[in-house]
Amino acid sequence: MDTVPHLDFIAAAYGAAVIVVAVLISWVVLDYYAQRRALAELEMMGFTRRSAMEQAEKQA
Amino acid sequence: MAIVDLANPSRFMKFANAAVPWLGGVTLILFAFGISQAMSAPDDYQQGATVKIMYLHVPAAWLGMLCWGVMTVAALGTLVWRHPLADVTAKAAAPIGAAFTLLCLVTGSLWGRPEWGTYWVWDARLTSELILFLLYLAVIALWRTVEDPSRAARAVAVLTLVGAIDLPIIKFSVDWWNTLHQGESVFRLGGSTIYPTILIPLFIMAAAFTLLFVTLLLAAMRNEILRRQVRTLRLKQASMAS
Repeated sequence: MDTVPHLDFIAAAYGAAVIVVAVLISWVVLDYYAQRRALAELEMMGFTRRSAMEQAEKQA
Repeated sequence: MAIVDLANPSRFMKFANAAVPWLGGVTLILFAFGISQAMSAPDDYQQGATVKIMYLHVPAAWLGMLCWGVMTVAALGTLVWRHPLADVTAKAAAPIGAAFTLLCLVTGSLWGRPEWGTYWVWDARLTSELILFLLYLAVIALWRTVEDPSRAARAVAVLTLVGAIDLPIIKFSVDWWNTLHQGESVFRLGGSTIYPTILIPLFIMAAAFTLLFVTLLLAAMRNEILRRQVRTLRLKQASMAS
């Protein structure tokens, strides 16, 4: 017996919210690690940002 | 640190690195509290339990519009001051705004079916909200079409400013036209028509969604700055190779 009327619509709405928020968070987190990885690879190859080079020169 | 100092990308990165984990934690706590309040709030005397969809639908609608508002301010920053962080803000905000607007449309349909007897009707509020979603898709497509970020930013800024016309249309559509969608019930002259036991959980959920938006925006802006650093280094790599 359905104790809460239209429970299926309420559950579907909350399910949709969970999916949308999960997709947004995953997009942001995965993109962050992808960009960090790409930057680290380029820096390993000797291509550094000007700000990073200036910082290294100051430390030296 | 003054707000204006954050306009510098390096300072912004330091701020975002420190703020995002804290904001994420507070957002989680606020969502847990908001959902517990929403679930224990009484049913509406007419709509019954389906009023629980409002705790998602209304904040998603507000955030969809707020995000375009943020993009509109960023568009002015791009066109008037040509500030790179304005471009970054506009690009990072678009997918987030699109997601909130999509959530508004989906939850609205799921709320409409039991209340109106239909998932969709071409009334002014629903149609103007759908137009906002299509505008978000157009902005995302434009960012991807133009390769040079500064050229893309200017084209997107113009589209964003033109699209901002849709915001007052969405807001006042229920006043200007005869719509199936209910009239304004929260922010209206003469006060809200919603009883406090339902209104307070709605505000808590709206605060949680707003904090989620701020957290995601800061994190997405940080990603966009990193992406531009990667692009600059790849161009340097390509020029040295040729």
